[in-house]
Amino acid sequence: MEITIALAGNPNSGKTTLFNALTGSSQRVGNWPGVTVDKKVGKLKKYKDVAVIDLPGVYSLSPYTLEEVVSRDFLINEKPDAVINLVDGTNIERNLFLTTQLLDVGIPVVVALNMMDAVKKAGDRIDTEKLSGLLGCPVAEISALRGDGLSDLARIAVETAQAQSKTTKSAEASLAAAPAVSGGRFSEPTETALRALAELIRAYTSPETRRWYAIKLFERDEKALALLGLPATVAAEAEGLIALCEETLDDSSESIITGEAYVYVSRITDACVEKVQVEMSASDKIDAIVTNRWLGIPVFVAAMFVVYFVSVTTVGTFVTDFTNDMVIGGGIQAPLAEFLLSVGTAEWLTGLVVDGIVGGVGAVVGFLPQLLILFFFLAILEDCGYMARVAFLMDRVFRKFGLSGKSFIPLLIGTGCGVPGIMAARTIEQRRDRRMTIITTTFMPCGAKLPMIALIAGALLQNAWWVAPSAYFLGFASVVVTGVMLKKTKPFAGDPAPFVMELPPYHFPTASNIGHSMLERASAFAKKAATVYTLASILVWFASSFGFDGDGAFGMAQDLNSSVLYYIGNSFAWIFSPLGFGDWQPAVASVMGLAAKEDVVAVFGILTSIGDADAAFSLAETADMAALAPVAALFSGPLAAYAFLAFNLLCAPCFAAMNTIRQEMRNPRWTLAAIGYECGFAYVVALLIYQFGCFFGGRGFTAGTAAACVLLAALLFLMFRPAPKYKKEHPHAASHS
Amino acid sequence: MSLTLKDVPVGQSATILKIGGEGAVKRRIMDMGITKGAEVSVRKVAPLGDPIEIRVRGYELSLRKSDAEMITVTADKDMTGETWK
Repeated sequence: MEITIALAGNPNSGKTTLFNALTGSSQRVGNWPGVTVDKKVGKLKKYKDVAVIDLPGVYSLSPYTLEEVVSRDFLINEKPDAVINLVDGTNIERNLFLTTQLLDVGIPVVVALNMMDAVKKAGDRIDTEKLSGLLGCPVAEISALRGDGLSDLARIAVETAQAQSKTTKSAEASLAAAPAVSGGRFSEPTETALRALAELIRAYTSPETRRWYAIKLFERDEKALALLGLPATVAAEAEGLIALCEETLDDSSESIITGEAYVYVSRITDACVEKVQVEMSASDKIDAIVTNRWLGIPVFVAAMFVVYFVSVTTVGTFVTDFTNDMVIGGGIQAPLAEFLLSVGTAEWLTGLVVDGIVGGVGAVVGFLPQLLILFFFLAILEDCGYMARVAFLMDRVFRKFGLSGKSFIPLLIGTGCGVPGIMAARTIEQRRDRRMTIITTTFMPCGAKLPMIALIAGALLQNAWWVAPSAYFLGFASVVVTGVMLKKTKPFAGDPAPFVMELPPYHFPTASNIGHSMLERASAFAKKAATVYTLASILVWFASSFGFDGDGAFGMAQDLNSSVLYYIGNSFAWIFSPLGFGDWQPAVASVMGLAAKEDVVAVFGILTSIGDADAAFSLAETADMAALAPVAALFSGPLAAYAFLAFNLLCAPCFAAMNTIRQEMRNPRWTLAAIGYECGFAYVVALLIYQFGCFFGGRGFTAGTAAACVLLAALLFLMFRPAPKYKKEHPHAASHS
Repeated sequence: MSLTLKDVPVGQSATILKIGGEGAVKRRIMDMGITKGAEVSVRKVAPLGDPIEIRVRGYELSLRKSDAEMITVTADKDMTGETWK
């Protein structure tokens, strides 16, 4: 018989560490049904048939955030055999608040008192036996980080779960006879009301869940009540009882429950915990510098610079070049082509496999080492607790344009690769902020856009120093403008989401947590490379290698000029005329950019016969004006080239990133809206750059200038109009995505 | 005008009297341990002037001034028995 044990606890209580330690390498990461919250499942080490389910880190079982709803639904509907509740011993009071709610659910709870090594080191004392007695559940002292007490914890949890499943049947009979509600956690008026409510819903609930539902009914928790389906007469009677209690205690019912639960927790901690008073903890000392009024921002800028410099430019470029040239190019492509030809494979098939699939996917996989370095740094920053400080420092800035302090992290990751960047938006609780972050993340120039920037700068702009910084500026400005504009539209309107965030104590990052985090993000990226990119690579290869010859017969194209891609590019190149690049080559390059952004450079390389992708890359790096002249000839001038650059930086990201947007939005309309908005915004920006550039360059006032004026006026209006008043969303509507 | 958490100067502490607002925001604030009778001290203000960092129930919490404004408090006495207000 299989036993299921759920792992619940506050964020920052060491839950990931404990889960990794309990399950080792047996874990699988998935999604909770219908929402983008990670669901991790693993097998308990050294036990047969014991599954451990890692619930999202939550502070409470309220119905307001996705994580809380997912946790509640699992506990109520799936009824695990036991819950291991991880409690941070160094922050016991707030952690035990969740414990009281878990105990109310009616599933056996085992409290795992974590970080006991730190508690003892600080000289604090926790009387675990007394705590266990007061809570009425087993308490095990552990240190997840050092692996102390874990086998005891596992044994207790399994025993508790087994005892539960053995006694369930007989217990049901005896419980039915016993008083409906036990325990006296709350004040007398509240307990009286709860007892009456429990009696009222006796017919609608099982004995184990009766108290939970009575409390939820008292709190007027709509999500829980929907499950009960009480008749109107019963609901009205309940409402009378609740209102009476609210009048007696002069507070709203929800506040009464939360407030009194904390009173109860304080009583327990007063009895069991002895704390040594300290003036300045180690974390306080670090924060004295890191979140200092004057030093906070410089430290932050320096930290981000180091992360970016190492992972994107120096070491990152080195390993990426190495992977691309030595491993994929020399190590796989060349020998593979030789082998395929030697065994008599048709030329087109060799081309498809070597250039199409291996070359296409390889170009993407080539970024993996660079991403790993970026993920490594991010894992350190997350694990040690600095990311919360980043949100603390940046909240003021980001709130101004409809994002939250936590949006900085996706944007930062987005400068490496948009796929993990968009995925990082999951940490943003508020649906509105999360959507806005997903839409704007890919405005930041990712690693694959850098060769394109270098090529344009080298070919047409005398390799001016300002081109690359301007790309980042343009990206960030687009985030800001988008935020300010969309904040005033209906789907994003409303009061800013609450920003009530714990600043956890700093701790030394652990190798296993960093390893797990890097692996998770990298495998998400690799999976997409293997699926989306393979398909996209085949399609692009096909479109560029096949076409109509002079007689109109379909077959392998001699060059790109007669390929399917040429016809596609030619058919809509006119769309880009107002932006200054209405020829088919830039149009084709832009389309190829959807497969992978570095393909833009590769296309120019092939189209202008300056060489294949590799040659184009190296020319872009050396910025050899003479050699790049054929590329320059494709554009009417630097202005058109810059408009082209702006469009390709801001328009829809590559297929992999678009697919990630689809997965994270979990809504086809939002996905289309996001991608459509990005393309439209890119078009407008490129048009403004080109048309105003021409006008101020002395071309005179044309229809194009007029159009640009209208668009600019519209943009400014959308940015600076007073926010319209929309009907307020129901406050109880939880942020389901 | 009653005193709110927003008015508490850095380095001073206060006791929570009442939490205003409603729905998700209020519940979230209370879930984090800011409940009637809890003692809080204001630790610092973020470099850009918002949010603030407070200490409540033995841990550090940050919240925006606009949220702090909804929390009514009374000033705590210091060691000399004087309040800062």
